[in-house]
Amino acid sequence: MSTPDAPNLAPESNADRIVAVPVRHYGRWLGGAAVLLLLLDLGFAVARNKNFKFGLVPHYLFDPVILTGLKTTLELTVIAMAVAIGLGVIAAVFRLSPNPVLKATSGTYIWFFRGTPVLVQLIFWFNLGIIFPRIRLGIPFTDLTLWSAPTNDAIRPLTAAILGLGLNEGAYVAEIVRAGIISVGKGQTDAAAALGMRRSAVMRRVVLPQAVPVVIPPMGNEFIGMLKYSALASVIAVEELLGSVERIYSTNLRTLELLVVASIWYLACTTALTIGQHYLERYVGRSRATPQATAGWRIWTLRRAAH
Amino acid sequence: MTTATGRTPVVRAHRVRKNFGRLEVLRGVDLDVFPGEVVVIIGRSGSGKSTFLRCINHLEKIDGGLLYVNGQLIGYREKADRIYELREREVAEKRAEIGMVFQQFNLFSHMTVMRNLTEAPMRVRRLPKAQAVERAYRLLDRVGLRDKAAAYPAQLSGGQQQRVAIARALAMEPSLMLFDEPTSALDPELVGDVLEVMKGLAADGMTMVVVTHEVGFAREVGDRVIVMDEGVIIEEGVPEQVLSAPKNPTTREFLARVLTPTGSVGATSDVLPEYTVKGDPGT
Ligand SMILES: Nc1ncnc2c1ncn2[C@@H]1O[C@H](COP(=O)(O)OP(=O)(O)OP(=O)(O)O)[C@@H](O)[C@H]1O
Ligand SMILES: [Mg+2]
Repeated sequence: MSTPDAPNLAPESNADRIVAVPVRHYGRWLGGAAVLLLLLDLGFAVARNKNFKFGLVPHYLFDPVILTGLKTTLELTVIAMAVAIGLGVIAAVFRLSPNPVLKATSGTYIWFFRGTPVLVQLIFWFNLGIIFPRIRLGIPFTDLTLWSAPTNDAIRPLTAAILGLGLNEGAYVAEIVRAGIISVGKGQTDAAAALGMRRSAVMRRVVLPQAVPVVIPPMGNEFIGMLKYSALASVIAVEELLGSVERIYSTNLRTLELLVVASIWYLACTTALTIGQHYLERYVGRSRATPQATAGWRIWTLRRAAH
Repeated sequence: MTTATGRTPVVRAHRVRKNFGRLEVLRGVDLDVFPGEVVVIIGRSGSGKSTFLRCINHLEKIDGGLLYVNGQLIGYREKADRIYELREREVAEKRAEIGMVFQQFNLFSHMTVMRNLTEAPMRVRRLPKAQAVERAYRLLDRVGLRDKAAAYPAQLSGGQQQRVAIARALAMEPSLMLFDEPTSALDPELVGDVLEVMKGLAADGMTMVVVTHEVGFAREVGDRVIVMDEGVIIEEGVPEQVLSAPKNPTTREFLARVLTPTGSVGATSDVLPEYTVKGDPGT
């Protein structure tokens, strides 16, 4: 936070710079040393343990089975997130719609999927084949069928995982998008309506574009969360990153080493996502559209006016 | 729907009522606004001025009475003695003929000035881009902001934003303009530019309903002044009469507050000394 006056003051204050003995923070030094010691001890304990073979970690890091699992994890994350965003936007718009049926449907959806554990939902989708032996796409309450398939083929583990994770995440995304929509002032929707724009156009052209910058930071968190939650799919026999690691350690019993391998990949992915999120936020923030930017601009103009 | 003079009023309000829950905000408002007329509405805070304006373009649904714009019921359709509610699309089509300017400008903050001006003409009126842009430049010239076409609203002063908002409403070529305290959110030195644009509009024959406490504007431009209080019109007449010799004691009290420098509402205007109330407002 440099003030515009600072450059003028600097040369003078240089002349008689304050020479003082800084405060000694003995407490900090002691605390830091203690923690360092403990960490070192822990490190040695792990490193010296003969049962833990570090050498296996790099060996398995690029194992084809694990790389395939990693690919599945990434696919699952991206597809489930896409499903979630699609559902979430629809649910948020429904929730704010004047139509009571749409509102209630969306409310129930959010209530149900946010209120039950993802793991339960995953297992549920996986077992759906038992109660609905066939899936049929057609006109409700008629015999007209456009497409049908046995559920066990249709809901393969990966599909079940995408449905389970996507439907669950959609409920959270809906709430985030709803907050984004609400953040766009009623004044602008009134103005758009007064210009003769229809409700759908107001939503698409005025509200949603301004909700995006608001929604991106929390959505980035959800993306990172999804990458980790996708590990739950291993429970329903999806061979994603954790699943592939499990397959290997179930035979060689190198559980810890392989979990370290999986963790390294998870960390690499979440780190990449965090960096991506940072740049996306910067990119979206460029437009002066966001309220923060508006406030920033005002402060800037005020400061200029003050000098 | 025509009066004795043979002219169709642009706005005809007949016993218009509006409630918010149990609060009666409009309790039977009657008003005719004729083509080319500038009607100024004044009145205390909470008297229902904004609500009445918002009813005229159906941003609020009325609970009783009849409201016509250009001879057609607003929000409803009459057919064979029955009244049908209009579809959303039909309501939107009618709104497009009525321009509205808000106290808080309400520009689309993610769009440049140019896109603010071309969005509705292109989307609602299906105007080709070239024509919409040409129209936008013409209107920006009119409000003196041609060089701001590429700016975002946040980069403009309040007065500039409000002039863009007026241009945006005019881009739909409305037959009626509604202004809800267009200068109340502005710094005193910026009020003049906005009023100047509005005066120009009035001179060009635009039909306008203006809620404002700018008494100077009301006197100079207004054809009629309406005083609202507690959801009804308590006084109405030519500006000179209403502003200088009000009959209603509530009007007198209100004007005294607006016009004295100690009053909070109009105290900022630099035209103040010119417009002190003649006679004793206290009696
Ligand atoms: N959407 C709403 N819901 C509930 N009450 C409302 C709503 N809009 C306005 N009101 C109430 O209706 C009354 C009239 O409001 P309105 O905004 O029309 O007054 P106004 O004359 O424009 O006042 P001001 O000069 O302060 O703008 C007020 O008591 C207000 O609180
Ligand atoms: Mg108002």
